[in-house]
Amino acid sequence: MNEKKCEAILNKYNEEKGSIISILQDIQEGFGYIPEDVVFWFAEKLNIPASNFFGVTTFYAQFYLKPRGKHIITACCGTACHVKGAEPIINRMRADLGIAEGEDTTADGWFTLEKLACIGACSIAPVLIVNKKVYGGMSPDKASRMLKEYEKSSPR
Amino acid sequence: MAEKKKAKPKTKTTTRSKTKPGPKAKGPDVEGLTIRVCVGTGGLAAGSQEVIDSFHTELKAHGLEAAVEKKCVNKTGCRGFCAKDVLVDVILDGSTSTYQRVRPEKISRIVEEHIINGRPVEEWLVGPDYHTFHDKQTKILLKQCGQIDPEDINAYIGIGGYEGAKKALSLTEFEVIEEVKKSGLRGRGGAGFLTGLKWEFCSMSRATPKYIICNADEGDPGAFMDRSIIEGNPHSVIEGMIIGGYAIGANTGYIYIRAEYPLAIERLKIAIDEATKKGFIGKDIFESGFDFEIRIKEGAGAFICGEETALIASIEGKRGMPRSKPPFPVNKGLRGKPTVINNVETLSNLPSIMTKGASWFSSIGSEQSKGTKVFALTGRIKNTGLIEVPMGISLKEIIYDIGGGMEKKNRKLKAVQTGGPSGGCIPASHINMPVDYESLMRIGSMMGSGGMVVMDDATCMVDMSKFFISFTQSESCGKCVPCRIGTKRMLEILTRITGGSGKESDIDLLIEIGTDIKLSSLCGLGQSAPNPVLSTINFFRKEYESHIKKGICPAGVCKALRQYVINAEACKMCGKCARVCPSSAVIWQPKQKAVINKSKCVKCGACFDACPFNSIM
Repeated sequence: MNEKKCEAILNKYNEEKGSIISILQDIQEGFGYIPEDVVFWFAEKLNIPASNFFGVTTFYAQFYLKPRGKHIITACCGTACHVKGAEPIINRMRADLGIAEGEDTTADGWFTLEKLACIGACSIAPVLIVNKKVYGGMSPDKASRMLKEYEKSSPR
Repeated sequence: MAEKKKAKPKTKTTTRSKTKPGPKAKGPDVEGLTIRVCVGTGGLAAGSQEVIDSFHTELKAHGLEAAVEKKCVNKTGCRGFCAKDVLVDVILDGSTSTYQRVRPEKISRIVEEHIINGRPVEEWLVGPDYHTFHDKQTKILLKQCGQIDPEDINAYIGIGGYEGAKKALSLTEFEVIEEVKKSGLRGRGGAGFLTGLKWEFCSMSRATPKYIICNADEGDPGAFMDRSIIEGNPHSVIEGMIIGGYAIGANTGYIYIRAEYPLAIERLKIAIDEATKKGFIGKDIFESGFDFEIRIKEGAGAFICGEETALIASIEGKRGMPRSKPPFPVNKGLRGKPTVINNVETLSNLPSIMTKGASWFSSIGSEQSKGTKVFALTGRIKNTGLIEVPMGISLKEIIYDIGGGMEKKNRKLKAVQTGGPSGGCIPASHINMPVDYESLMRIGSMMGSGGMVVMDDATCMVDMSKFFISFTQSESCGKCVPCRIGTKRMLEILTRITGGSGKESDIDLLIEIGTDIKLSSLCGLGQSAPNPVLSTINFFRKEYESHIKKGICPAGVCKALRQYVINAEACKMCGKCARVCPSSAVIWQPKQKAVINKSKCVKCGACFDACPFNSIM
């Protein structure tokens, strides 16, 4: 655990009178996910039960209790993307990346493939976001090719 | 292109404003030059940043550094026609030419032929469909989105920005509320409550402080109106909040926005900073003695937080769970104080209501639904994008005139889904109906926030309702039983039907559970969650029956009702299908063609999706 990072977040919280959600957002920004020991550290410092933190963490889709991959692939599953075939794209990418059933990250922690309700880019559906870059008008083949490029530019 | 007469090029009227013959080839004139590039999320995904960069390099390469220095290349928000991105306006001496599908490699020719020699590159200009797309629209909110740089407050002020707030602050609070009431503006978030009335209720509350919240938690899958408005014209929302805050007596405003919209958040932050510097936010605005500040609260990915009371809980840092109403937020809202929550689009309408007057606004639209509505037109339609139409326009006009008809010529319109997971499907037979709050309610759908997903006959309605129910089921907060367990049961039944093992009694069971959930759920999410199922059963019952009785999915979407075979000719022996098959039904050895063992196949379709050569049928 990085105590310095935590202190910084705590100071910001005290200054801005933030909420549990803003602390968690900062923790995730700093650590990439919400490590349990960090939550307990904050719970103690702020005298707020840790269960409150976990309650909020598990409620919102944006918080992760497990470390995520180096490359984050987000597949939009909104209505427009669904109608235009998001599912086949996701299945293809899962097969290409070899992500195990019930998991969303590759065994070596390189890629995370997650679904999102809607990113609101419906006019260019189906949409994928890789490391915050938006790719519109995708197809299983295009997704395969894109993954290969990422594999090439950042070998495991 | 054979252009004989240089001085008078033949210009087809393919541009929006009259294209005057370009200036005679007299060399570059930077004075009258403006280039507008769309930088909404759609535009950026299509590569608009690369287009801007390319304009800069090409302009410099052609000796037009002055154009770059004078910032002739402007960013604008979404202009709606995202199917044609990247859209670029080149305005030369007052005449506008619009290019579609611009790519960086096209810039060099545009700079050379158009900007330097004054001859637009005809073949790349927008075609007639660009005009039909815009002709039937009435643009109030979106008009400015495609014109101004969203990151420059002076651009907004230049088109009359903050005049509405100035006028409002010169009136009494009571007069502002009366004006908004008279305009007939109704909340654009879905339910359609009269905005002025909501304000009046809140202003009557004695408790202080009061709050105004802008609900930008646009969670409906298939909707992106609010995102585009914020990305394209963030100041209109801020101005609306100032007007609303003044009217109800709130000195603090919150914008609750989805974290999934990073670009919109960034632009809002810039806009708030600039507005504060100009004195539109802060102490004693327009010397009226009114103080106002705005804070941004980022959501954390929960659809339910679009519900008023859940949104308030989320701002307070709690789990976003709704509570029962009354007391309504106008009496007891954020931190127990009177709070008004308005949708982005609602707020964005306010500046022009203040400047142009209530009677101007109420002259647009239908009897009970005033003004315009922004829709996100998506799905299997040719012209996808963002549209703004007067209330009461017919669906047919939207789909065929603005939308240009079906995406694929051989497909027929089947239904239009409005209102997202809270709405319903309108079958093609009702295409002449007007689009307003009441008509949509009557047919079992709703206005919702404005998603409009067009479906053709390759869409399975049972699969669609399963999609929506699985969405609402996973987004149900779990507080009340009907929603938590009811949607789960409905999802199980729909999964059963699409999986090929539906029972005859299932349809009636769905109707029964759905009706009960609607009656007994705590908040709007549960009360409207069964709508997609109930409306598709109402209009497409035969399709459900076909799944259950015949084991056939008429649209060919439901995988379990398909038969999978490998086309030996197309098979390239890669073995991907065998690796993804969960039931070892694909028989494959390296350097051999794959075969499916039908007795083992569970029809999951994994092989179909995995095959890179489309050899599985």
